[in-house]
Amino acid sequence: MRGPKVLLLIALLVCAGASGFAGAINPYYYDILISIGINILLAVSLNLVTGYTGQFSLGHAGFMAVGAYFSAWVTLTCGQALGGSPPSATGLFLLALIGGGFAAAAAGLVVGVPSLRLRGDYLAIVTLGFSEIIKGVIQNAEPLGAQRGLGGMVQHTNFFWTYAFVALAIYGILTLVHSTYGSGFLAVRDDEIAAESMGINTTKYKVLAFVIGAFMAGIAGGLYAHFKQFIHPEGFNFLKSVDIVVMVILGGMGSTAGVCLAAVILTILPEFLRTVSDYTWLPAPVRELAENRMILYSLLLIVLMLTRPQGLFGKVDLRRKKP
Amino acid sequence: MSLLEIENVTMQFGGLKCVNDLTFRMDDNELVGLIGPNGAGKTTVFNLTTGVYRPTAGAIRFLGRSVAGQRPYKITGRGIARTFQNIRLFSSLSVFDNVRTACNMHLRHGISHALFRGRGYAAEEKEIHATVMELLEIFGLAGMCDRPGASLPYGDQRRLEIVRALATRPKLLLLDEPAAGMNPSEKEHLMQLIRFTKEKFRLAILLVEHDMKVVMGICERIVVLDYGSKIAEGTPEQIRHDPKVIAAYLGKEAA
Repeated sequence: MRGPKVLLLIALLVCAGASGFAGAINPYYYDILISIGINILLAVSLNLVTGYTGQFSLGHAGFMAVGAYFSAWVTLTCGQALGGSPPSATGLFLLALIGGGFAAAAAGLVVGVPSLRLRGDYLAIVTLGFSEIIKGVIQNAEPLGAQRGLGGMVQHTNFFWTYAFVALAIYGILTLVHSTYGSGFLAVRDDEIAAESMGINTTKYKVLAFVIGAFMAGIAGGLYAHFKQFIHPEGFNFLKSVDIVVMVILGGMGSTAGVCLAAVILTILPEFLRTVSDYTWLPAPVRELAENRMILYSLLLIVLMLTRPQGLFGKVDLRRKKP
Repeated sequence: MSLLEIENVTMQFGGLKCVNDLTFRMDDNELVGLIGPNGAGKTTVFNLTTGVYRPTAGAIRFLGRSVAGQRPYKITGRGIARTFQNIRLFSSLSVFDNVRTACNMHLRHGISHALFRGRGYAAEEKEIHATVMELLEIFGLAGMCDRPGASLPYGDQRRLEIVRALATRPKLLLLDEPAAGMNPSEKEHLMQLIRFTKEKFRLAILLVEHDMKVVMGICERIVVLDYGSKIAEGTPEQIRHDPKVIAAYLGKEAA
């Protein structure tokens, strides 16, 4: 065992170690910490589809919804049957998470197929439409709570599970795109015609990117559902998809490090802006502006995009030098 | 059995016949030139052979089996590789990764190996690394292996395209105007390179080229197209004196 696998093991151990201190954290900060993890998971998985494979998708929240609802439904229906002793409940939670991931991957397969014929803005519209369909189905599904939302899940998601899945996702994506096998993703992004004539099955790679990306988004959805303990179809709307796209673009398409950083910043920023109006040393107009924090947030996005159009990290990525 | 057989192939886009009842064949280790005035249908022949287009009529066989209308990646897998008239490198990848990508199709292991990085994975990646570096070494690009492919000088980009095509281990290499935009000394160098490639890798080359000096200099046989039809075929010497070819290039008066 060496290289990336060792790093993964270290990351998992750090997660386990750090989760011991999670109880000591103020619940508000803990909430932000978990949200950061879930957003990193969403952003790096979309980065595989959009950043590495070049398929612009506006439907990532749809996959998240599939994972969230599927896993919540599993733990809710099977949880009572099992009685809820802690070890079996955790086992069920993990099974439900993975199941949610697979359900989302199946949805990704369905979306991946039109992606073979469409590109760019057309594909974006189709993925957007698809995630709206998912939302519409949930809104009308009585067993899933329909418009009332679905609640009553036990809070299984904790620091360890969130960041363990983050570490696994980052490991998976980086090992993949830096292998010769995964070079197919990058080739499809750069030039589909050239990729195809170099013997790369572009169809396979595009669908694969959608399936893997959706799987991870589904896991993120499951984590979200078992953290907030309440999910509602409107939580997975178009705006949620756009939030994830913004993280990818801001971080730098195809830079996992940049995308992680962007997910952290964009999760903290709106929360941080809440506190700006309390800083009395700031001039009054700034504090007044900060009261409308979403305006300030948007303004900061515009400034960031103007100064770093290539993303925070640009093309720099986490990468080991070749042998 | 010929390496490549193109038999009565017609390609029609609406009312426009780009290739009209074309027939020619190529043998192993042969260097054939495909020439003709602008718009004669040379690149279309390439696109038909590599699966970008499906012929309206006719048969294309490679090693005796039909390739007409197959997906391009499958045809590449059968042993036909190509370069592009307007260079199509993977612009964000390094020189090394550009070539490595072309090794993708020969991988023995799938996605699980890339993810779990077992023992076979490291050995295979090492093998690919060695193959790529050897190819880059042969073509004098090894020193630039970490640079982005798109940052290379024009002539080197053309060479890199050839290296990338060779990494798919083809039996037939299609070169689409490799000398375009090169100065005379670069062209001289390119001619040596093409001859060398053919001998070193023991493959057949089909060359589309406008520069007559290059074509006449290295091709063993030449096929001439005009308005999608074959108007002549023969050795460079025969082609040079063929009245139909002269008429097509210089107008009827001259012939």
